Amino acid sequence: MGVIIDKELCIGCEQCLDACPFDALEMKGDVPEVGDACTLCGSCADVCPEGAITVPEVERAQDDRAAQAKGVWVYAEVRGGQMPEVVAELLGQGRRLAGQLGVELGAVVLGHGLGGVAGELFALGADVVYAADDPLLADFNDDIYCKVLTRLIAEYKPEVLLAGATSVGRSMIPRVATAVATGLTADCTGLAIDPDKRLLLQTRPAFGGNIMATIVCPTARPQMATVRPRVMKRGERREGFEGRLVTVSLDAEDQAVTKVLEVVQSLEENVNLTGAEVVVTGGRGVGGPEGFKVVAQLAEALGGVVGATRGAVDSEWIGHAHQVGQTGRTVAPKLYIALGVSGAVQHLVGMQGSDTIVAVNNDPNAPIFDVAHYGIVGDLFKVAPAMLSHLKQLRGQG
Amino acid sequence: MKIAVCIKQVPDTANVKLDPETHTLKREGVESIVNPFDLFALEAALRIKEAAGGEIVAVTMGPPQAETVIKDAIGFGVDEGLLLSDRAFAGADTWATTAVLAKAIEGLGDVDLVICGKQAVDGDTAQVGPGIAQRLGLPHVAFVKGFREIENKRLVVERQMDDGYDVVELPLPALITVVREVGEPRPPSLKGKMRAKKYTVPMQGAADLGLDASQVGLAGSFTQVVKVFAPSHSGERRRLEGSDEQMGAQVIDALVDNQVIMLGS
Ligand SMILES: Cc1cc2nc3c(=O)[nH]c(=O)nc-3n(C[C@H](O)[C@H](O)[C@H](O)COP(=O)(O)OP(=O)(O)OC[C@H]3O[C@@H](n4cnc5c(N)ncnc54)[C@H](O)[C@@H]3O)c2cc1C
Ligand SMILES: Cc1cc2nc3c(=O)[nH]c(=O)nc-3n(C[C@H](O)[C@H](O)[C@H](O)COP(=O)(O)OP(=O)(O)OC[C@H]3O[C@@H](n4cnc5c(N)ncnc54)[C@H](O)[C@@H]3O)c2cc1C
Ligand code: SF4
Ligand code: SF4
Repeated sequence: MGVIIDKELCIGCEQCLDACPFDALEMKGDVPEVGDACTLCGSCADVCPEGAITVPEVERAQDDRAAQAKGVWVYAEVRGGQMPEVVAELLGQGRRLAGQLGVELGAVVLGHGLGGVAGELFALGADVVYAADDPLLADFNDDIYCKVLTRLIAEYKPEVLLAGATSVGRSMIPRVATAVATGLTADCTGLAIDPDKRLLLQTRPAFGGNIMATIVCPTARPQMATVRPRVMKRGERREGFEGRLVTVSLDAEDQAVTKVLEVVQSLEENVNLTGAEVVVTGGRGVGGPEGFKVVAQLAEALGGVVGATRGAVDSEWIGHAHQVGQTGRTVAPKLYIALGVSGAVQHLVGMQGSDTIVAVNNDPNAPIFDVAHYGIVGDLFKVAPAMLSHLKQLRGQG
Repeated sequence: MKIAVCIKQVPDTANVKLDPETHTLKREGVESIVNPFDLFALEAALRIKEAAGGEIVAVTMGPPQAETVIKDAIGFGVDEGLLLSDRAFAGADTWATTAVLAKAIEGLGDVDLVICGKQAVDGDTAQVGPGIAQRLGLPHVAFVKGFREIENKRLVVERQMDDGYDVVELPLPALITVVREVGEPRPPSLKGKMRAKKYTVPMQGAADLGLDASQVGLAGSFTQVVKVFAPSHSGERRRLEGSDEQMGAQVIDALVDNQVIMLGS
């Protein structure tokens, strides 16, 4: 399967080769030939100056679920009685999508001792709340959580389901998507509606953040996506709004196969990078464990947390729980300050969604400056203390 | 204990560079490697085998060249390998990928434990592991960072969470996905390397697995990529000027002016 290239129209300019993100095209003589790697993404057709490339429609099995499905749902994760920030963001985004589709916004919550949660979900934007409150749901277990959510989807048939790309979401939602037999887009940073086709346009980074892909789920329903925390904007609170509450009970044969023996809120792992409003990150440029002192001081003064590059973590200057990037945590705080960080692509993918980025590096060519809103070419051991003392001075502390 | 480890061949993203003009990936000279997280999956399997005995099979779906990741796995010390390759598998989303991997694992017979990496560094979805578990009707625990108990019929594992970790007991057969904390991969052994050289990697296609072309690859996928583009780094960018001390003060002033920093707090 692949794109169709009209050899008569093709002038051999090779622009399509450069445009193909999957390296699927190769010149055979004067014209390109398409290989197995083609995903029919259409990037080549977009750039071809001669209109020589057509993207064939893929034959897909007919699916009547699109006609029946209605409503936007948000999976409202609760852990230890707390809802992570991303739930409010999902409801904010869910409201906008539901508005464009002219449908209701539902929220599903599973857990135990959920008193008050439904009211909060209404205030955050839900029209309907589906709540299952049962001792069996007290701890997060993929098997039973998935069973209950799968059953609700089969019964109420939403057309869109969003969940946070958290540890819980990324573990259970792929299982649910497989159980209901539908598509799932991972870790989205953009969601929009194609009004003509009523399709959810789901945009996400891939290849370690090197490219962005927009993905749709044309026939199966619901269209499911996990959404990166701290990317979507939360909505206006509707204090006192009362929606419809649907109480869900478990079936007699519902049993958890896996068992949570212990929940450890670990300080080291509880660096809570993902939830922080300010992250101050130290890279190999801080020179050693001692160098993290100034990083920590600045973080503390700004009410933020300390991040680190893999370079610093691998040197054992600081724990892995602090690592930001592809193999660490993804963060998108209001303010990200990078001290002595070169800006490798594996690091950028974990922080480039931050609202404001400040970079201090003594190498004017460091790639971190490509993403920094404020670039400072200088010695971090002079710049960071200056930032601290100026901050204290402005606050009347210095 | 029979353990199946799923490993994927990926481009070495550390060396993938963006062409600054066309904004496309430059792949010339980029090597294919075993997905880094799958090395942790292999290491976990080897440690479990050391603790509980048994056999390890490494499974990959990919083009014929993906044979090399199976040979790498043999080098690390796994017992057998299996390459799933068919033109019809190309362009699969995670749903169509798990269709193939689950069928193949079923075909291995009596697998007690399936181990996947946390995620692949190219597709980056982390969806394949839980998807296989659902298809096989096995319980799963994702993001395992350590093992407390290893027995023939039961594991007690530590599951990484956003705010710490959970200790979870799961009966076997089951599936887990692992993160780097399970342990640094050992280097390949000399004996393993010798064996890898001579090892003929068994291969299966759609027909061998009893799968129809409509269930796999692009045709068997629910999701469709409609657009691919370079990430944009939006917003105004400026370089500050002056001495180090001046720039430090300036940036604080700018952040305060733009209400990124609140002085009251
Ligand atoms: C599969 C894979 C996954 C990876 N995942 C991650 C990840 O999750 N997170 C991550 O961060 N990396 C990751 N990496 C590693 C990444 O490629 C880089 O090696 C790493 O980010 C570099 O860390 P660094 O910026 O601290 O170090 P370096 O690249 O060594 O940069 C140090 C910088 O400090 C500057 N500097 C030195 N002294 C001073 C001074 N006095 N004042 C100011 N500046 C100074 C230097 O100019 C330099 O730019 C991954 C790599 C691979 C292959
Ligand atoms: C730009 C881009 C975006 C994409 N976005 C999506 C998306 O949002 N949703 C979607 O469904 N598909 C998506 N895909 C397709 C997806 O990459 C493929 O389905 C791929 O085969 C598996 O997904 P992954 O690479 O994300 O693996 P992950 O799910 O991240 O891999 C987890 C683990 O599963 C095992 N594994 C994965 N693939 C294989 C394999 N081929 N052989 C053996 N073991 C394996 C490994 O143990 C691995 O560590 C995308 C592809 C591209 C190129
Ligand atoms: S459709 Fe996409 S994957 Fe296929 S050849 Fe064109 S650019 Fe490459
Ligand atoms: S871009 Fe169009 S004209 Fe140019 S080589 Fe490709 S198919 Fe031919």
